[in-house]
Amino acid sequence: MRPMPEIRNFTLNFGPQHPSAHGVLRLVLEMDGEVVQRADPHIGLLHRATEKLAESKPFNQSIGYMDRLDYVSMMCNEHAYVLAIEKLLGVEPPIRAQYIRVMFDEVTRILNHLLWLGSHALDIGAMTVFLYCFREREDLMDCYEAVSGARMHATYYRPGGVYRDLPEEMPKYEPSRWRSEREVRKLNEAREGSLLDFLERFTERFPKRVDEYETLLTDNRIWKQRTVGIGVVPPERALALGFTGPMLRGSGIAWDLRKKQPYEVYDRLDFDIPVGTNGDCYDRYLVRIEEMRQSNRIIRQCIDWLRRNPGPVMVDDHKVAPPPREEMKRDMEALIHHFKLFTEGYCVPEGEVYAAVEHPKGEFGIYLVSDGANKPYRVKIRAPGFAHLSAMDEMARGHMLADVVAIIGTQDIVFGEIDR
Amino acid sequence: MATAPETLAERLRGRFGDALGACKVALGEVTIEVPPARLVEVCTALRDEEPFRFEQLMDLCGVDYLTYGEADWDTDEATATGFSRGRAREHEGPVWKGPRFAVVYHLLSVTHNHRLRVRTFPEDTEFPVVDTVTGIWPSANWYEREAFDLFGIVFEGHPDLRRILTDYGFVGHPFRKDFPLSGHVEVRYDPERGRVVYEPVSIEPRNNVPRVIRHDARYEADPSSATGE
Repeated sequence: MRPMPEIRNFTLNFGPQHPSAHGVLRLVLEMDGEVVQRADPHIGLLHRATEKLAESKPFNQSIGYMDRLDYVSMMCNEHAYVLAIEKLLGVEPPIRAQYIRVMFDEVTRILNHLLWLGSHALDIGAMTVFLYCFREREDLMDCYEAVSGARMHATYYRPGGVYRDLPEEMPKYEPSRWRSEREVRKLNEAREGSLLDFLERFTERFPKRVDEYETLLTDNRIWKQRTVGIGVVPPERALALGFTGPMLRGSGIAWDLRKKQPYEVYDRLDFDIPVGTNGDCYDRYLVRIEEMRQSNRIIRQCIDWLRRNPGPVMVDDHKVAPPPREEMKRDMEALIHHFKLFTEGYCVPEGEVYAAVEHPKGEFGIYLVSDGANKPYRVKIRAPGFAHLSAMDEMARGHMLADVVAIIGTQDIVFGEIDR
Repeated sequence: MATAPETLAERLRGRFGDALGACKVALGEVTIEVPPARLVEVCTALRDEEPFRFEQLMDLCGVDYLTYGEADWDTDEATATGFSRGRAREHEGPVWKGPRFAVVYHLLSVTHNHRLRVRTFPEDTEFPVVDTVTGIWPSANWYEREAFDLFGIVFEGHPDLRRILTDYGFVGHPFRKDFPLSGHVEVRYDPERGRVVYEPVSIEPRNNVPRVIRHDARYEADPSSATGE
């Protein structure tokens, strides 16, 4: 009789250039056949030292860096940073600016969840959803563009409010070699009114779109086989592992900063927090789908309020916010303020602060230490994805190789924020 | 928040007393300082005991206080020509009197809906060592690796203290204040040797906006900003 050959685990390198690694994740997997024994994520391939860069620049110049952290939910990142500065300065933005911020936070949440849904579905074998999701993202990107001039990296929130008020008209398509007059007229139909009109039309049709995604996935046999019972995290483990956002709510813990520690005007708005029961990939999918519907509700309430209440969108303190250009033409002091703000910046009183927002992926926090200078002394970014990815080993252990992809998808990994 | 910060601070003082180096409330946030020797004991109590219940470690980070409170130049007084810029800084000694490194923990209690900041100062500046809290909060694992990588703070008892964010084979701890922003080495592909080579950086360090500390009268009365003056 021949002796049994010795069977050993083998090591598999996954990524960093793999379409379902969501960027630059390198996973070193120890496999027993097709079963994962140990997963060791290697991160840092997108490390740009954002925090160190922010320490070498005046406060306002780092807002743009925040967009580039989690580059699919740009304005939410800005929000936490701006809140931290405002807390140290003791500045409160005007109420209209707060509504605008909340509205765009929710637009951002839908943007993020749409990208997550599309790529997650694509990773585990459903192509169609991806195309549908990008159709809706296009309209929301247009809102970003209308308000800030940039489709992604907006730098729209500023300490003391937002950069400018909502525009009265939307940017329009122009006829070209590739688009005829008739096509352009059809495309511009929704863009005749203001930004709020455009966004309102979007919110009217969006719930039906979510129904469409659900038709494709929720009862889909393959989708359920790939997600039900995969990556189960019990609630007490979810807490211990530092989970936040949909990852925590998927495990059945009703924790949402918008409700529990409300910032801006969330306490005046009516919305619900969806919670899962089993803590698996499928529940987290359901939670995020419902969050999109709730975000839609919040946006509608904000539109309604913003229509009825015009007003300033920036504090009238020119030590923090630049004076209007018109004033600068007449007033020497305004000119000096402008000059000082854009060369030296403003000094923030000594102290330290932690400001967190309910980011689409979880709790996004900024820990800011100021020594009284015009630059932060230390900035620490608390990225939700960092804690989630660190639980990869625990979530993937004992699953098949193909489930690793489902787990990466359900964690909503974006490397901009994890590597910073 | 469910618990008022002052109430929480009171309870912390009552429970830990002498174990706390400091316990203060500023801007609605509670900060306590714990000597490194008692860190694990205090953190375990913070997680398990009923009035605290900090189930979650939200964040852990290192801070380097080497250049705290130093401006690139002083603009407090005008010179005879009325222009003080470019005046060499007369070194009157560092503003920061404490130890150089700190580890800062941000805790969250889901049960009681309150937050806490815990800070500890490792005594040795050359070789800062703090006990690990991975046994209390598993989420500390990567955060401690990050603080080790970026600041060189060693966490004793950590199961797997490797670098996490920087490159394989990286030398130095880049977030220390004496580490230049542009780093020490740059890489390029050398076609002659047929591989990537490391060379000393060729770019000059550049500072477009000097670091300035101005004393704004509006914030002077604020008691929370009174430290380090």
